[in-house]
Amino acid sequence: MSLDPATVRRIAKLARIRVDEVQMEALRTDLNSILGWIEQLDEVDVTGVEPLTGGTQMALRFRDDVVTDGGIAEAVLANAPDRNGDFFGVPKVVE
Amino acid sequence: MLTDLTLAQARDGLRGREFSALELTDAYLAAIEALNPRLNAYVLVTGEGARAQARVADAALARGAHGALTGIPLAIKDLFCTEGVRTTAGSRILESFLPPYESTVTANLLRDGAVFLGKANMDEFAMGSSNMTSAFGPVTSPWTRAGDNRALVPGGSSGGSAAAVSARIALGATATDTGGSIRQPASFCGIVGIKPTYGRCSRWGIVAFASSLDQAGPVARTVEDAAILLGSMAGFDAKDSTSADLKVPDFAAACRRGVKGLRIGVPKEYRSEGMPREIEALWQQGLQWLREQGAETVDVSLPHTKYGLATYYIVAPAEASSNLARYDGVRYGARTEGRDLAELYENTRAEGFGAEVRRRVLIGTYVLSAGYYDAYYLKAQKVRALILKDFTDVFAQVDALVTPTTPSAAFAQGEKMDDPITMYLNDVFTVPANMSGIPGLSVPAGLDAQGLPLGLQVLGKPFDEETVFAVSAALERAAGFTALPGIRAGG
Amino acid sequence: MAYIIQGSTGAWEVVVGLEVHAQVISQSKLFSGAATAFGASPNSQVSFVDAAFPGMLPVPNREAIAQAVRTGLGLNARINLVSRFDRKNYFYADLPQGYQISQFEHPIVGTGVVEIELADGSTKHIGITRLHLEQDAGKSLHDQHPTKSFIDLNRSGVALMEIVSEPDIRSPEEAGAYVKKLRSILRYLGTCDGNMEEGSLRADVNVSVRRAGEAYRTRCEVKNVNSVRFVMQAVEVEALRQIAVWESGGEVQQETRLFDPNRGETRSMRSKEDAHDYRYFPDPDLLPVVLEQGWVEQLRAALPELPDAKQARFMAEYGLSRYDSGVLVAEQATALFFEDVARGRDAKAAANWVTGDFFAALNRTGRTIENPPVSAAALGKLLDLMADSTINGKIAKEVFEAMVETGADPAAIVDARGLRQVTDTGAIDAAIDAVIAANPDKVAEYRAGKDKLFGFFVGNVMKAMAGKGNPALVNTALKARLG
Repeated sequence: MSLDPATVRRIAKLARIRVDEVQMEALRTDLNSILGWIEQLDEVDVTGVEPLTGGTQMALRFRDDVVTDGGIAEAVLANAPDRNGDFFGVPKVVE
Repeated sequence: MLTDLTLAQARDGLRGREFSALELTDAYLAAIEALNPRLNAYVLVTGEGARAQARVADAALARGAHGALTGIPLAIKDLFCTEGVRTTAGSRILESFLPPYESTVTANLLRDGAVFLGKANMDEFAMGSSNMTSAFGPVTSPWTRAGDNRALVPGGSSGGSAAAVSARIALGATATDTGGSIRQPASFCGIVGIKPTYGRCSRWGIVAFASSLDQAGPVARTVEDAAILLGSMAGFDAKDSTSADLKVPDFAAACRRGVKGLRIGVPKEYRSEGMPREIEALWQQGLQWLREQGAETVDVSLPHTKYGLATYYIVAPAEASSNLARYDGVRYGARTEGRDLAELYENTRAEGFGAEVRRRVLIGTYVLSAGYYDAYYLKAQKVRALILKDFTDVFAQVDALVTPTTPSAAFAQGEKMDDPITMYLNDVFTVPANMSGIPGLSVPAGLDAQGLPLGLQVLGKPFDEETVFAVSAALERAAGFTALPGIRAGG
Repeated sequence: MAYIIQGSTGAWEVVVGLEVHAQVISQSKLFSGAATAFGASPNSQVSFVDAAFPGMLPVPNREAIAQAVRTGLGLNARINLVSRFDRKNYFYADLPQGYQISQFEHPIVGTGVVEIELADGSTKHIGITRLHLEQDAGKSLHDQHPTKSFIDLNRSGVALMEIVSEPDIRSPEEAGAYVKKLRSILRYLGTCDGNMEEGSLRADVNVSVRRAGEAYRTRCEVKNVNSVRFVMQAVEVEALRQIAVWESGGEVQQETRLFDPNRGETRSMRSKEDAHDYRYFPDPDLLPVVLEQGWVEQLRAALPELPDAKQARFMAEYGLSRYDSGVLVAEQATALFFEDVARGRDAKAAANWVTGDFFAALNRTGRTIENPPVSAAALGKLLDLMADSTINGKIAKEVFEAMVETGADPAAIVDARGLRQVTDTGAIDAAIDAVIAANPDKVAEYRAGKDKLFGFFVGNVMKAMAGKGNPALVNTALKARLG
């Protein structure tokens, strides 16, 4: 499985990580090498095997419907790089 | 010297009032000041906080009201969120993050009276086997090869934790293991490290890398020390849906059980190509030690062992690509501006994440992307089930397995950096335990020809850390490993 | 009667499927313990889990699961005892995790059906494909600052049920009827308050068009439509837009659009272009959801009587028409009110009064059924006064208006205003005599054969009696006197 530059750009876009043209070739080589190496899984016959869900099997527990959290706006906003009053700020989005 | 005491010895000394917690903490702070500039094991030293905690510990000890770890000074891997104390996960993108909450594991340690010396350096977002990818500089191992003064790696991702314990600038440390990040650095640094069963320790408040693999565990000087620490760290947490609702056994007591009558499996697939003969020899030596103490060794097969790494390098990056999507410069962490929202994200993440993290996030994004999910992620989860089945089948006949921890001793900084895969191969023996969730411990067993530590790995049944401790303690007794690194407190 | 749009090249059919997002009624969020109440100050109902801080983990809310099961039962749908939460990965300002926890391959509820009734009295079944639970996103405000959007995460993590219909809807009317019926069921169940203005019920409208007998063509999704009226309008304008594209030789592109009610048109949503690759995978922080059949049965046993069953019962028990029953059961509170009035009384009269004068009074006074100007007990008493002939129907209307205005007891109003019906035949005869004497020409015309004039006499006699004459007695007496 070999990635072409267009695919690398598409993946980078999906992952929201800017990849400069300078980095592109080295990255592409690394990714292709890793993907090629992973391909050894093709040898394994997994017919009839159920995928694992979690390390050791346990049932999903539920929580009671009680308000136990929130009311901590200051703590939630304290680390914000662009705090605007009680809001987080981002570049304006046009829908 | 106070820093020569093991955790168990220091605990007894404190309870016997032979010295104070403040004296013990000050001894460690002085050691850190002397040695951390060379090792870079700590990214943050919390001296004032530690001394304040030590004073509180002394008051408790005076009243006779001590907890399991009262006054014991520890290093905390910078992946654990510590309330009000900077937590970076080794990344530029969290370089000024102050968590408003304490992780459950570190809260447990504080509950038991521990003193926190500072935050330990690590590979960025726990992705690495050398502690070379930290945004805050690499960690240097306190060990060097005989006749060679090149800086060596301590292993990773918990390189800072392992180096600190090994160099005696921490009495113990917390660490995490996703593909071997506790056991491999423990092996490289000649100390003990255990990854407990998945679900034994809570993941709440630990910066997530790969959710179905991450587990917290201790690194320490002795098997007993590790057992004491794990006893405090472990326990059910309702805030973590993958936490096991099981009572925490007395791990320290299990260390004294002995191995008489135990059946120890020797998996033939744990010989890697080009593995140094010394490691094979040490492995055989370890098995002999166990037989001498009354255990039986049995050859077994774990046929899917060789697929563990490939499976890991699909599952872990996939989960990481999703877990790291939250680092976008909006609610916390570093931010690089952009003209629009997409650019904000792209710039922030390109500048905030290092090269290894970017690689793995992209791999993860790719293997989950449309058209590839079945071929990669789904297939890997099925192979994972086969890896677990290998262990389940074998554990019907044996009580534990013993293998080498790593295919080599520590290497020099800058080695194995040419292509990612060479680095990934470090984890070939450790990864299967993460893929299957079973517990694994590395105990120092010997030195290689260049005087570098080699560890043996003990693998156990799910939630049977007690047998793992029993076997490890037996190996430790027989090995009589007393070697110390060149760089250490009092050295 | 099929809904057909005549284009320039022929007739077109409209195919509509609806994805309705219903906010679950619960105290706390789906995966965190923060509160869900509407209208709180920004970021005050946000936990570190909702804000996706490092190391935070989801823990599911039992009541949200129960509400989804109740809703599935109310939709006559299959409850999947084993289901799974998956991550839907995409980046957006109101999505702090960079993924939404949803359900992809294994939703908690499977196929079901909803019956809708149309204006011409016909009914139709609309299939439900599935219902799943997912997290709601936060809110972005784009008009608070010239260059920034502001993010409020109060809504982030609130439990949503996404209810997906089969593409069985074929007209704006059907679409509107479906949303109304769904809303009614959810309100009966208490699983969602259905408040579209506040956003607790929103519809994504999938529209495509085709010639009769063709396979499905490309559809577009019109997102976040927040009223029944807008849903119906969106169907219409989007269908027209697509028809225009096809007829001009173009091809409809699959895309996400927004409905602009001011302009009466849909427009493309730029920001969602490449959001198609969601990279779904099972959330590794959660385990499979496994429900006990016994628990589901307990939930089923505790469900209230739902609109369809209640409607059928009203028709059978009270002899009401399908239409009247439908009106009365649309809201559970109305149905309860009606039954309080109808108990032990003439149900048809009760139905007429509730759907007629009472509803009109609600509209006029702007009050609600939860806080009515006239209680069910009071209205019942008014009906009793008619049933025992104390007053006639016309006087009753006057009394009712007084009850609405003053809140006074009907019997007290009748006495205070002297509105008792007159049954004294002597008084009736006297009034009739007076009217006959005053209108000899009309009497002659009537006796000559102009039967229609009877109403004139009735009206005048009643006027002479200030409306209080017993209509039946007046009729009988008049007939006798006029011949």
